[in-house]
Amino acid sequence: MAASDVKLLGARPSPFVNRVQVALNLKSIDYEFIPQNLAEKSELLLKSNPVHKKVPVLIHGDQPISESLVIVHYVDEVWSGPPSLLPADPYDRATARFWAAYIDEKWSPLVRNLINATDEQSKAAAAEKVFEGLKLLEDAFVNSSKGKGFFGGEKLGFLDVVLGCYLGWVRAGEIITGLKILDETKTAALVGWAERFTSNKAVDGVIPEPEELVSFMKMQARAAAAADASSK
Amino acid sequence: MEENQGVKLLGFWVSPYVLRVKWALKLKGIEYEYIEEDVFNKSPLLLKLNPVKGQVPVLVHDGKPIPESIVILEYIDEVWKHSPLLPQDPYERANSRFWAKFAAEKLQAYAWEALCSRGEDHERAIKASMEALEKMEKELNGKKFFGGDKIGFVDLVAGFISYQLPVYEEIVSMKILDSSKFPAITNWINNFLNHPLIKEELPPKHKMLAYFSNRRNVILVQNSSNK
Repeated sequence: MAASDVKLLGARPSPFVNRVQVALNLKSIDYEFIPQNLAEKSELLLKSNPVHKKVPVLIHGDQPISESLVIVHYVDEVWSGPPSLLPADPYDRATARFWAAYIDEKWSPLVRNLINATDEQSKAAAAEKVFEGLKLLEDAFVNSSKGKGFFGGEKLGFLDVVLGCYLGWVRAGEIITGLKILDETKTAALVGWAERFTSNKAVDGVIPEPEELVSFMKMQARAAAAADASSK
Repeated sequence: MEENQGVKLLGFWVSPYVLRVKWALKLKGIEYEYIEEDVFNKSPLLLKLNPVKGQVPVLVHDGKPIPESIVILEYIDEVWKHSPLLPQDPYERANSRFWAKFAAEKLQAYAWEALCSRGEDHERAIKASMEALEKMEKELNGKKFFGGDKIGFVDLVAGFISYQLPVYEEIVSMKILDSSKFPAITNWINNFLNHPLIKEELPPKHKMLAYFSNRRNVILVQNSSNK
């Protein structure tokens, strides 16, 4: 398939965009990455995702698909050859989807709260919640991996991509808070998994370095403060 | 083993999340045992089957529990392949998943907010609900159902609009489902509510009015004491 057939509208710091990049890489699909300026949205983005005006948007041929998990399912179904991203068994698929929903809806907001915590007390409380969630994810990993290296077993799968693409932000959070979020004394299996995920070929060059994400966050905070000040 | 066979559904009579699953099971003609749970007084069974969130619905199939209504719908569609809920074509499937997510995460949340708030928050939530409905109106685009000629995935997830939103409107005397603004949605509501399998499986309106009025009051009190 020609590279121009598959386009990805994205922004480097977005873990949701990173998911699609890793999924496309795992399937060895050539694609054109079109970086988007989210402060000044392009015509193409507004036309391709009029409902949310967000990245990622996958454009296949001339058909746009939005929402990272919807896109990952689409990629798995269209390029259905190996490797499969979702497990074969319906119950395992349901389990993977359950944890994906938990990660996006429950756990990642906890990480965001931790990163944004302003005083020591709320930081400690937020950290406790993040660790509780990680314990659940550690168990999920043990059950899902069945002794192998990834949630998907021997190879990276759906849940690896879903959780793994938050690792840049987790590392950035560790820099900002001075806390170890992925701690081998607390969640040893996940620490091992994180290492394997980040060093996988399909992930190479996708997730920005934590320092880059810290700078990006600082830049966004400055822009938000400036916007705030100028709107008063 | 006999006791591990078959399908069970743990639910709560008024939950729209549970109702989606009941409708799906009915559309596919799947027999199941229904277990009513008191979500304000959770049973050990519920907490055992959904230890992470302790919520209904939980589908139990051959002894294995599956929580999360949309995850359950996908599971049902994959295990019982007749009368498909999702379309076959990958792009159409992606479109269905997108709109199901939109209805569940945006419209449902805004409608709930409109029910359980006052003043500016309330006005904002009504506006957001109507903007969300406008988008769904466009997506419907003259079709009988979101699924086309037949009820599909999006119809089941968005189904709460047809029977629950009017109840909210009545409780707080608000108008969101304006038939002049949303003629396609209005038509869809009629088609949906008149579907023989759907209309057999709706919570009684008077009970919903009492239940959601009470919930609104409890939440309003909670929110004012949290400020």
